[in-house]
Amino acid sequence: MANQSNAMLEVDNLSKFFDVGKGKTLKAVNGLSLSIRKGETLGVVGESGCGKSTAGRTIMRLYEPTSGKALYNGQNIYDLKGANLKAFRREMQMVFQDPYASLNPRWTVENIIAEPLDIHGLVASSKERKVAVERLLDKVGLNPSHLTRYPHEFSGGQRQRIGIARALAVNPKFIVADEPISALDVSIQAQVVNLLQNLQRTESLTYLFIAHDLAMVKHISDRIAVMYLGKLVEIADSDDLYADPRHPYTQALLSSIPVPDPDVEATKERIVLRGDLPSPISPPSGCPFRTRCPAATERCAAEVPELRQVGANKAHWAACHYA
Amino acid sequence: MLLHQPIDKEGETTMEPILKVEDLRVSFRVRGGEVQAVRGVSFDMNKGEALAIVGESGSGKSVTAQSIMRLIPTPPGTYKAGSIVFEGSDLLKKTEKQMESVRGRDIGMIFQDPMTSLNPTMTIGDQITEVLMRHQNMNKEKANKRAVEMLKLVGIPNPEARVKQYPFEFSGGMRQRAMIAIALSCDPTLLIADEPTTALDVTIQAQILEVMKDMQEKLGTSIILITHDLGIVADMCDKVIVMYAGQVVERGNKYEIFKSPQHPYTQGLLKSLPRLDQKKDEPLIPIDGTPPDMANPPHGCPFAARCPHAMEVCVEEDPFMFTHSDTHESKCWLHAMPE
Ligand SMILES: Nc1ncnc2c1ncn2[C@@H]1O[C@H](COP(=O)(O)OP(=O)(O)OP(=O)(O)O)[C@@H](O)[C@H]1O
Ligand SMILES: Nc1ncnc2c1ncn2[C@@H]1O[C@H](COP(=O)(O)OP(=O)(O)O)[C@@H](O)[C@H]1O
Ligand code: SF4
Ligand code: SF4
Ligand SMILES: [Mg+2]
Ligand SMILES: [Mg+2]
Repeated sequence: MANQSNAMLEVDNLSKFFDVGKGKTLKAVNGLSLSIRKGETLGVVGESGCGKSTAGRTIMRLYEPTSGKALYNGQNIYDLKGANLKAFRREMQMVFQDPYASLNPRWTVENIIAEPLDIHGLVASSKERKVAVERLLDKVGLNPSHLTRYPHEFSGGQRQRIGIARALAVNPKFIVADEPISALDVSIQAQVVNLLQNLQRTESLTYLFIAHDLAMVKHISDRIAVMYLGKLVEIADSDDLYADPRHPYTQALLSSIPVPDPDVEATKERIVLRGDLPSPISPPSGCPFRTRCPAATERCAAEVPELRQVGANKAHWAACHYA
Repeated sequence: MLLHQPIDKEGETTMEPILKVEDLRVSFRVRGGEVQAVRGVSFDMNKGEALAIVGESGSGKSVTAQSIMRLIPTPPGTYKAGSIVFEGSDLLKKTEKQMESVRGRDIGMIFQDPMTSLNPTMTIGDQITEVLMRHQNMNKEKANKRAVEMLKLVGIPNPEARVKQYPFEFSGGMRQRAMIAIALSCDPTLLIADEPTTALDVTIQAQILEVMKDMQEKLGTSIILITHDLGIVADMCDKVIVMYAGQVVERGNKYEIFKSPQHPYTQGLLKSLPRLDQKKDEPLIPIDGTPPDMANPPHGCPFAARCPHAMEVCVEEDPFMFTHSDTHESKCWLHAMPE
């Protein structure tokens, strides 16, 4: 899978460990390999703490990896320096979960959105800066005359639009969106998702879309990666993943999601897992999922299952001995 | 595990409701004015029923729930009008002392964030036994035994050891289960759960919802469930009330709400959701705009600014509730029009 042609980003055996004191290591991301094609949306799902944000941040080189590579247009991003690194930082932008916390409350919308333009020296005059910000506000569906306002004067959905405008300011090619709609009201989530999808077309963007809400991830993503305890356990085209989940964790995850239809819910068989997520500081031996897996055997405690191709579709991979 | 058949329950109309909220109005004094958080909410529920309250954030769901528990801080809050009749008496007329024995014994509450309602300095076991000794007059030994049973009931493994631990030693899902154990330890008639699983992962959420369904089935507990997740509503509840801008805009049984929603907000909400079990391709249909400022609610229909069907009358006058069936009503001028 690692060597798909036209891959924009190829992540190869990437790990990010944190030293948590007392000689202990937390393996937040542990041997992640995946590739992202130009123009696609790869969704990343998994339980809280499974390493989604850490993976996103390491791929953006906000963290230096513990080991592994990530090739961006063929170049290892962790080797980039100087002008190349600066160009990389411009092309990769991030949209955050919490539109409240990620915008400086004391700055006007103009200054918030223009900050990346200033950092990268992309505007020559204050007139040009203002015009650029007005154009960006219009792009994300906000009133361009709002540029003198402050974040608290906007609703959650509007603040998320400001965050998106800021990310778009430097004409990025790749956007890591880390739970961009989780903090928003249901009726507003659809507004922001539609905006992200429209921008993907008009700005030729590639997305890594991290989220909890599998229904929304399925809606927006071409492919979905499922993580568990720092590892990729399954990756497939969105429709395949839903129609034919191979990993027992993915199966439980999909069956856990209540569907807004009483007829469906009345007949649905739900796989309810026992127990909690183990600590990533002392993950189980063998398969990370074995402590909660309804299908675990002795082999699962002894042997780490490798990610391998499963099912009819070549793009479908899972890390389970029996998938 | 199929437990409640809402269709059967509709026949039992002769039953006295265990809870009847009528024209509840709650406001908060804020700098420069007054937020009208709840503006004339009415609903009732029968014993053993699960009622969902859904709606936009800020629409007054939590304030309604906290009013039933009389947990609104006054000031800045005031109960402006209305009554909350629970098992025959008006909770808004009770003294604080009388309310103390209602809370925990007759009505239990589960909050979104268990850390804010669990006491960080007390073991989980002591927090359960305290409730039992106060409300059920149990002695320490009996209460201890019951605490272990309760933790077991909500699916906490190794409960004998866990009762001796503090909240910080529990994971998020276990804390939520511990809070349910505390809320249920006195076998309350009514359990109010305000976004009980919003902070949890879906696989843990499925465990918690199973515990709550079990309680309802085994103990006949009535449940008010506040959630923004319409999937949970479809799974768990019999009746639904939909709130918008401090008012109930639609009420019905779950089939009426999901299969033939009558209020444009409910319709929009259902249309804006992506569905896991359907092919994507079409873009989502969002509800444009944002909800009104509750310090300055509009004169007419509060949904008018976002409503695709808004008419002149909508801006001028707040609509009444119109009846669609014995159990189904909506607050929208469209239904005043002759067909
Ligand atoms: N700077 C850090 N130092 C130590 N541990 C960290 C650090 N950042 C993350 N972790 C740990 O790494 C693991 C993965 O965290 P991460 O934030 O990537 O999870 P996530 O999948 O994004 O979760 P969520 O869904 O809750 O956002 C967690 O156990 C977390 O506590
Ligand atoms: N203690 C308080 N002081 C001032 N305003 C409050 C207070 N509690 C709630 N409100 C306001 O009341 C309205 C309804 O809030 P709430 O019931 O929490 O909404 P939700 O439907 O999201 O649960 C909101 O406008 C909220 O800001
Ligand atoms: S390898 Fe074993 S424990 Fe892991 S998911 Fe497969 S069956 Fe379950
Ligand atoms: S009363 Fe008018 S504005 Fe309000 S929901 Fe009905 S049609 Fe829309
Ligand atoms: Mg995260
Ligand atoms: Mg609330």
